Amino acid sequence: MSELQEPLVRFIEVQKSYDGEILVVKNLNLDVARGEFLTMLGPSGSGKTTCLMMLAGFEPATHGEITLEGNPINNVAPHKRGIGMVFQNYALFPHMTVFENLAFPLKVRRMGRSDIEAKVKRVLDMVQLHDFAERRPSQLSGGQQQRVAVARALVFEPQLVLMDEPLGALDKQLREQMQYEIKHIHESLGVTVVYVTHDQSEALTMSNRVAVFNDGIIQQLATPDVLYEKPDNAFCAQFIGENNKLIGTVKDKSGNNCIVDIPGSGIVHALDVNAGNIGGATSLSLRPERVEIDPSEGKYPNVFEGKVKELIYLGDHIRTRVNVCGHDDFIVKVPNISDHASLVKGHPVKVGWRADDCRALDVYQEP
Amino acid sequence: MANEIIGGDVVLAADGTPLKASLNKAMRKNRIRALLLVTPLFLFIVFSFLIPIVEMTFRSVDNWQVGTLMPKTTTALAGWDGKALPDEPVFAALIQDLQAGAKAREIGKVGTRLNYEKSGLRGMITRSGKKSLKVKEGPYKEKILKMHKKWKDLETWTVIKRNTAPYTMGYYLNAVDMKYDKSGEIVMRDENRRIYGKLFLRTFAISMAITLICVMLAYPIAYLLATLPLRYSNLLMIFVLLPFWTSLLVRTTAWIVMLQSQGVLNDLFVFFGLVSDDNRLQLIYNLTGTIVAMTHILLPFMVLPLYSVMKTISPSYMCAALSLGANPMVAFIRVYMPQTLSGIVAGSILVFILSIGYYITPALVGGTDGTLISNQIAYHMQKSLNWGLAGALGALLLSSVLALYLIYNKIVGVDNMRFG
Repeated sequence: MSELQEPLVRFIEVQKSYDGEILVVKNLNLDVARGEFLTMLGPSGSGKTTCLMMLAGFEPATHGEITLEGNPINNVAPHKRGIGMVFQNYALFPHMTVFENLAFPLKVRRMGRSDIEAKVKRVLDMVQLHDFAERRPSQLSGGQQQRVAVARALVFEPQLVLMDEPLGALDKQLREQMQYEIKHIHESLGVTVVYVTHDQSEALTMSNRVAVFNDGIIQQLATPDVLYEKPDNAFCAQFIGENNKLIGTVKDKSGNNCIVDIPGSGIVHALDVNAGNIGGATSLSLRPERVEIDPSEGKYPNVFEGKVKELIYLGDHIRTRVNVCGHDDFIVKVPNISDHASLVKGHPVKVGWRADDCRALDVYQEP
Repeated sequence: MANEIIGGDVVLAADGTPLKASLNKAMRKNRIRALLLVTPLFLFIVFSFLIPIVEMTFRSVDNWQVGTLMPKTTTALAGWDGKALPDEPVFAALIQDLQAGAKAREIGKVGTRLNYEKSGLRGMITRSGKKSLKVKEGPYKEKILKMHKKWKDLETWTVIKRNTAPYTMGYYLNAVDMKYDKSGEIVMRDENRRIYGKLFLRTFAISMAITLICVMLAYPIAYLLATLPLRYSNLLMIFVLLPFWTSLLVRTTAWIVMLQSQGVLNDLFVFFGLVSDDNRLQLIYNLTGTIVAMTHILLPFMVLPLYSVMKTISPSYMCAALSLGANPMVAFIRVYMPQTLSGIVAGSILVFILSIGYYITPALVGGTDGTLISNQIAYHMQKSLNWGLAGALGALLLSSVLALYLIYNKIVGVDNMRFG
């Protein structure tokens, strides 16, 4: 985001409470750049949908200000905001045909008939549904309904489109296909998208930036690769991707590194991200694919003895569950390459990893 | 991997029997069970509902009286051309029938029947029946003509001849304000004697008005019920259903208390000076009373179908319409209301059909201009004992309801109808 260009949407110290006792959204500050695909990712009840509803205007903010193109919109009615929205269950009007659904936002804007027809045709072509204009939504498959919903949110050419878990109702294959389609539409139109999902792989696939929500707070706001490789805290490390967690106490810190004592197992060298003070508890985060089985002597500062508990063959890799450092659920992904180590359930095994791949974070307590 | 064996054109099961037969055998138990479950209700409906309806509808065309009680006259009249009074043989037959009828005390039924067609004939028949017992020998024509002056009237004989047929259209003609004239042609009744056509029209108009009022009152309530959080909507639902749990008579009499000229409403009007004391509004025993009380009673039948349809409409439709730029009013009319159409139609058809046959409330609060066709039917069932006419009126009412239902089915489809 360049400093010259003003963000399209700004949340400034926004708070939201439904009952006056609990804050669902706590002090949210977020800028959405023009043309950006920003995903709000988080478990249910984390406040992400509430943020979207406040932006759409269906929920008032309890405190703070939301601006669109620099103008506060807290008191602007939803139908005057000009924000397109795709709903979780599409909310296609069942009594209208696909054409009428798409023409609806244009008709209420009192556009001319020929303009309407041209614009509807254009979006129908965009979502490849030109043959379905006269069908009712109920005569379409889930994927087609989804496309119509996207087209309807775009047909009146809004600057900003909100999507509230739009792919939740589709099966896995279709969902992945739609992820790419939506991504391509976003790229070709240059429209700004704020997308809400609880599916982390969806978020990583589609977004320019992801805001990870938990407990009404943005835990981390970063691009997908940063989010996966450099999680700021234990929640993000756990929520995004697979993660091995080791709990220990900080023994010593030097520069970016720290030494962590895992009770009963020994010392781990780790990267100090968010480890807290010496003597305090820390949670070590280690991606399963960054662990090596039977490493050569002296390759890694961290080498431990373990025991193979379970082997799951997944084609491209073998998911191996190992008992290491007193943890029974330590996962190692062994790539299925021609000379990979042969593993037998119940046999002892050595595992090792780099200090930089092992991030010392805060301790996240599951609620 | 198909397990069935193909034997000729018939698909066979594993043991060689045709698959269809084997399937039938497997399903028989289920079918018998289903049948047994339905039987009690089916029998109940047949005896309490279908048979009486068929019976009453049959009465509306049944014309047994003359043919059965005056068999000889019936045969003798068969060849009569209707141009002049019949000849001696007919009178000879008539005197025998009259005598037999008078002895058996059955001749009055013929009189009653003929009287429906032309007033005065009951008296003629009963008096002639009594007098006939004294007649020993002919010529009978002369003696019978002396018994009552109406025997000399050609129309009397036309009426008798017409009703020797075992079935009649007379009751239906009567029910639509028509009759046979002197020469036996079907004509409209005199303007001042047309009752039922007007009553049918009024019944339809009142039912329509009640239906409309119900839609207007029920729509906002149902909307509120469907959108309120559950704990409030349950409470509201109890208020809607409360009338259901109260006796119909209690509710109707409650309206009498409310609406009568010395009643609660009029007292309030007078108290607030809206009307003067000697100018109290007539709110009951007329059309107003019928409409008010029936609307109140039938309202739940409108609320429930509307509610059940509205409950299924996700609020996201309204949100979607707003986000697409429609103002709340447009969104409601263009997006929400069309989706409730099936509920409106279901409720309307229910209320309309119920009110078209409503009896007790208009009987109690209707006065003269607030009664419906069902009250006339009840009158003919209980007071005038003209069951044929009651049957004809009932059959007309039933068929008009069925016709409406068919039209509705054609337009909306019964599958789209949802009740409560």
